[in-house]
Amino acid sequence: MIKLNVNGEERTVDGPPEMPLLWVLRDLLGLTGTKYGCGEALCGACTVHLDGEAVRSCVTPLKRAENKKITTIEGLSPDGKHPLQTAWVELCVPQCGFCQAGQLMTAAALLAKNAKPTDEQIDKSLAGNLCRCGTYTRIRDAVKKASST
Amino acid sequence: MRDVRRAQQCGRVRRPVSAIVLALLSWGCGGCAGKRSETTLEARAIAPPVPGQLAGPNAFRHIDSDVDRARALFLEASKVLTHPRCANCHPPDDHPRQRNSHDLHVPPVERGPDDRGIPGLMCSSCHQDQNVVGTRVPGAPKWHLAPREMVWLGRSAAAICEQIKDPKRNGGKTLAQIVEHSAHDELVAWGWNPGADREPAPGTQAELGALMQAWVDAGASCPIEETKR
Repeated sequence: MIKLNVNGEERTVDGPPEMPLLWVLRDLLGLTGTKYGCGEALCGACTVHLDGEAVRSCVTPLKRAENKKITTIEGLSPDGKHPLQTAWVELCVPQCGFCQAGQLMTAAALLAKNAKPTDEQIDKSLAGNLCRCGTYTRIRDAVKKASST
Repeated sequence: MRDVRRAQQCGRVRRPVSAIVLALLSWGCGGCAGKRSETTLEARAIAPPVPGQLAGPNAFRHIDSDVDRARALFLEASKVLTHPRCANCHPPDDHPRQRNSHDLHVPPVERGPDDRGIPGLMCSSCHQDQNVVGTRVPGAPKWHLAPREMVWLGRSAAAICEQIKDPKRNGGKTLAQIVEHSAHDELVAWGWNPGADREPAPGTQAELGALMQAWVDAGASCPIEETKR
């Protein structure tokens, strides 16, 4: 049994230490907001926070998350009113939406370290998050909007 | 490799043509060479390079000049330093490379202020402290890019050698620390355990350490710029 802190709650899971954190979140804890995309850390859809750092949960073994604070899209804010979430809604950023949880979590990790990023910094930080619908310009605009609030 | 070493010890390794010519000349010149034996001449020949392997320090002991021996030892060690598993993370810019063709890293990551990425896209966002089985994501402890002043990719063995000896470009390390780093560092060790279907660096980390130690012991001279392996 491994103890985790997920979105501020203490959870205990029964899984092998090498199990990908994404499987733990989705299959063992029922937190399905985090998406499975490529399974090889190439698309960013599975991004969550580990002690505030954006990590790809599809390649992060469960043992690395032990005794660390895990934040998923469900825990980004208690009421869905994180400045990024508000900006996302106002600018109608998503199209199909599948990648958006990962985009938001990466953007949140960026703003936590850099409250006023430039366009270039936003693009570089989010360069590893793919959007097959091509919403990149709206994502950048929403991050800028959130950083100004 | 064990077989090759045993063969080298037993003198059963195929000799290069130049060595055979030397041996024949010595037989024909036995009188003027005094009592130089066949065994002595055989010991002077260096076994031809074998892909994926490193010659050990003993292969260079016949080189009398310390300067020349050190140069030869570093050239052998440079087979590791210039190998893609090592050089890909010693780039001339802010982007690591991947594959033997030195392709730009995917996703397009940035060096960042600490050589460990930028907020939202750190090296540790994807890389773990070990290779991730079932994916192609490589990993080792302290995964990061070599500092800007430690460029190896695209540079000659001579240039890398001068860098490695320069405390301003080697992280302030002494030669003893360079040897220790080569022989035992966990991130360096990844070069021989790269996971997936990646080609490992030549030889072993222990052999690299032995070559670097022998290079230091011989005076740490660097190859001249034109020298090719």
